[in-house]
Formats: sequence, structure tokens, C-alpha cells
Amino acid sequence: MQLWMFVVLSVVKVAVVLVIFLTAVAYTVLLERKLVGRIQNRWGPTRVGPFGLLQPLVDGLKLFLKEDIIPSGVYRPLYLLAPLIALSCSLLSIAVIPFGETMRWHGMRLFVLSDLNIGLLILLSVTSIGVYGIALSGWSSNNKYSLLGSLRASAQMISYELALGLSLVGVVLRAQSLSLTDIVKVQSVHGIASWNVFGGGQIFAFLIYLMAAYAETNRAPFDLPEAETELTGGYHTEYSSMKFAMFFMAEYGNMITVSCVATLLFLGGWTSPFGDLLPPPQNLVVGVLGPIFWFVAKVFAFLFLYIWVRGTLPRFRYDQLMSFGWKFLLPAAMLNIVGTSLVLAFL
Amino acid sequence: MHLVLFLIFALFALAGAANLLLQKHPINSALSLIVVMSSLAVLYLLLGAEFLAMAQVIVYAGAIMVLFTFVVMLLNEGREEKTWGSHAARVVGFPAVVALLAVLASAILRAGRHYGMVSLSDGITTTQDLSRVLFRDLLLPFELTSVLILIAILGAVALARKDDGNA
Repeated sequence: MQLWMFVVLSVVKVAVVLVIFLTAVAYTVLLERKLVGRIQNRWGPTRVGPFGLLQPLVDGLKLFLKEDIIPSGVYRPLYLLAPLIALSCSLLSIAVIPFGETMRWHGMRLFVLSDLNIGLLILLSVTSIGVYGIALSGWSSNNKYSLLGSLRASAQMISYELALGLSLVGVVLRAQSLSLTDIVKVQSVHGIASWNVFGGGQIFAFLIYLMAAYAETNRAPFDLPEAETELTGGYHTEYSSMKFAMFFMAEYGNMITVSCVATLLFLGGWTSPFGDLLPPPQNLVVGVLGPIFWFVAKVFAFLFLYIWVRGTLPRFRYDQLMSFGWKFLLPAAMLNIVGTSLVLAFL
Repeated sequence: MHLVLFLIFALFALAGAANLLLQKHPINSALSLIVVMSSLAVLYLLLGAEFLAMAQVIVYAGAIMVLFTFVVMLLNEGREEKTWGSHAARVVGFPAVVALLAVLASAILRAGRHYGMVSLSDGITTTQDLSRVLFRDLLLPFELTSVLILIAILGAVALARKDDGNA
């Protein structure tokens, strides 16, 4: 393939994925407001557009038009850099996620931005860099609440990153590859029976991943970094207008990425739950759209669970959070690795 | 293409290292070190060491540098005064650095003649290859290293533990 063709195709793919991803971020916010509203026996946003469907648009416009206040005591270079780091890390991780069949056009995979041997490691490394956005925002704001919130967030993210990474090892052992495409292929044969969470025997790893992922994205019940009653707003207290929106988008972007990863690693990715029970589709359109439908449906289900948990569970105390992460999740993840290795070696 | 990328990121690494020394505020120096570490990761990637590159980002640029920034943030040291160093540093230090660099460069060049140089290429050492070497051919040294790290962890825990009289 010629270089210019590669460049043009890549740019088009990046643009399409970015637009879809950012729209998904906006509508995840709406979904959360709607669902939490229903859980609390109220309607949620209903006024703008039919069923409140245009609400994200208006919210975005509002944030865009608000006055951008930079407090005088902040350390400016890092104060401006921090939201950029947070948002770009959040957007970067979507680049390695495959979301459809492995079909090629002019030798280029269509439904993934870049299919890498080490896709899983890239995801983990991007998360570990994303901590800086939060850590620096709290420190550079020169505000005690921001600093406390960012220290909490960073300590929490570093602690749960271990359990998160270790919970994925069982999946990698089974697939014998760090490539996300290969991991999905291992789970594709018998539908739901060969998904890692059921047939692969990784149900404990899935539960560990679930809990660690909630903590990693600073979401309820682990949303200590922005506990309003103690910290006003947490690390983004001093941010306003689009800079606040960038943190907000980063958080929801991370939520979606985490849901995509859970789908790929544990729920069989874009493969249908029926596997070889159904004949492979003859129609090309069904063959292309079917996998994408299953992928989106699984991600949506995971996001729904995310919001459901937020609407249901109260917040942890900080020492409970830390001892839970280090004394329960981490040993449990290690036991899962030992168990999976033994099973794979001797069965 | 490889050469262009190598030049760009080598330049990043050098600029980050120079900036680390020149900055007055400790947090800027810490961030420059992150730039250096991440650029090194790209250089590893250019040499085909994909696992090493990601480990470099996760461990060094991620975990270790977060601890550095934490310490800087918690101590909240102010700006440092810029000096040109003591007389002794100028007279002894610079020649010593030049000598050290010369020794290192000649040692590396000699080793390169001995073992052969790696070139920037499309070749990749996959994670499978790497783990085969680590867990089959070099199993004993690898496990000994992990014991060494375990001892270091235990030592750190013992030192950090509060002495409450009955322990």
C-alpha cells in the first residue's frame, strides 16, 4: 500500500473513531443522569429535545461559553497542562481497542485504529501515565482540597492498578498473547461457553477487574477523590469552563475504555453469544454490523452496571478502600494467577 | 523512517535531561525526567524491544516517577537558587565527567565490536521470545533477582514500620 493511502485512511479512521467516542462520552453522561434519576425515583433531564436527548449538546455549549477563571495563586504551566494530560491519556487508550471483525481493506484493519502485539500493555501504560493529570492538577491548584483530592486519587489509582494488572494475567495466560485481537479470537468458538468469564474460568478475575476498574476510574463506591462532603470538588475544585469539562470528559472516556476492555477480555469482544450454534451470516452487511452490534451491546451493559452500582452503593471510607485493595484484591488476583497457571499446565 | 524517529526522540531525551538540570523548580525537573524515560521507551521500541518499552513506561515513567512527584508535592520545596557550582566542581567535576564519558564510550564501542551492534530495524523481539529466555535459559538468575527485590521490599517495610515499643 502506498504511503499516502495509509496516511489518508489512518486520518479518516482516527476522525471517525474520535467523533463516535466523544459522542459516546457525552451520551454516557446523559445515560447516567437518566438512570440515576430513575433509581432515585425522579425523571432526570427531560426538557431539552425529546426525552432530554439534546441535553449533552446544551451542557457542552454551557461549559464552552462559561467564563474561564484561573485563580491567581496557581502554578500556571502545570495548571494548564494537567487537564490536557488527563484528556489525552483518556483519548489515547481507545486507539488500541478493536471493535469489530478482523476484515481488511487494502491491507488495513478496518475496525481498529492500530492492532498491536502489546495492546494490553499499552492500555496499562497509558493508565499509569494518566495519573499525572490528576496529581499535577491538585498540586498546581494551590488549594488544600485539591491537593488532598489529588493525593487520594493518585494513591488509589496506583494501589488498584496492581490488582487490575494482575487480574488480567489469567486472561493473557489463556490466550498466550498480549494482543487484544488474539484474546478475542480465543473466546470466539463456542459463543458464551468459551468466553473467559464463563468457559475460560476467569470469573474471579472478572470480579477483581470489575472492582479494581471502578477504583481506577474514581467512580462510586470508590469516588473518594471527589467526595463532596469532605473535599468540595476534589482535584478539579479550582477548574472552570472547558478545563473542568476536560477532566469530566476524561473521566467518562476512561469509563468507556474500561468497559471496552472488560468486553474484550472477559465477555468475548465482538463475537456473538451463540457462537457456532448460528450459521455464519451470508449477507455482508449483517456480517459487518452484527459484530459491532454485539460489541456495543456488551459495552452498554457494562456501562449500565457501572451506573447502577453508583446509584446503589454508598461510599467507602478511605482506610477501608486501601485495606480492601491491598489486603483482599491483590492477594485474590495473585491466587487467581496461581490457579489459572496450574489448571493450564496440568489439564 | 526509523532514523528520523530515533533522532526526534533522542533529541527529546537529551533536551529533557538538560532541562532537568537547568530547571529551578523541583517539580519541573521531575517532569523532565518523565520525558526522558518516555523517550527512552520509544528508543527501545525502535530497537524492537516492545515488552521492555512498555515496562519502561509502566514501571519507570509511571510508578517510580509518581513517587518522585509525590515527594516533591508533599515537601513542597520552593524554588532553588541558581549557582554556577563551587570552584572545586568546576575544576575537578567537568574533566571528571569528560573522562568518565570517554571510558564509557570506549567500553561500549569495544563491547559492540565483540558482540555486534543492534541496528534500527523492523525486527521485533516478541514477548514470547523474551519470556522463553527469562523463564527457561536464564531461570536461576531471574529468580535470584526476584528474591533480591523481595529482600529489599522487606527491608523497606522494616525500616518504615513505626516502632511502637511492643514490636
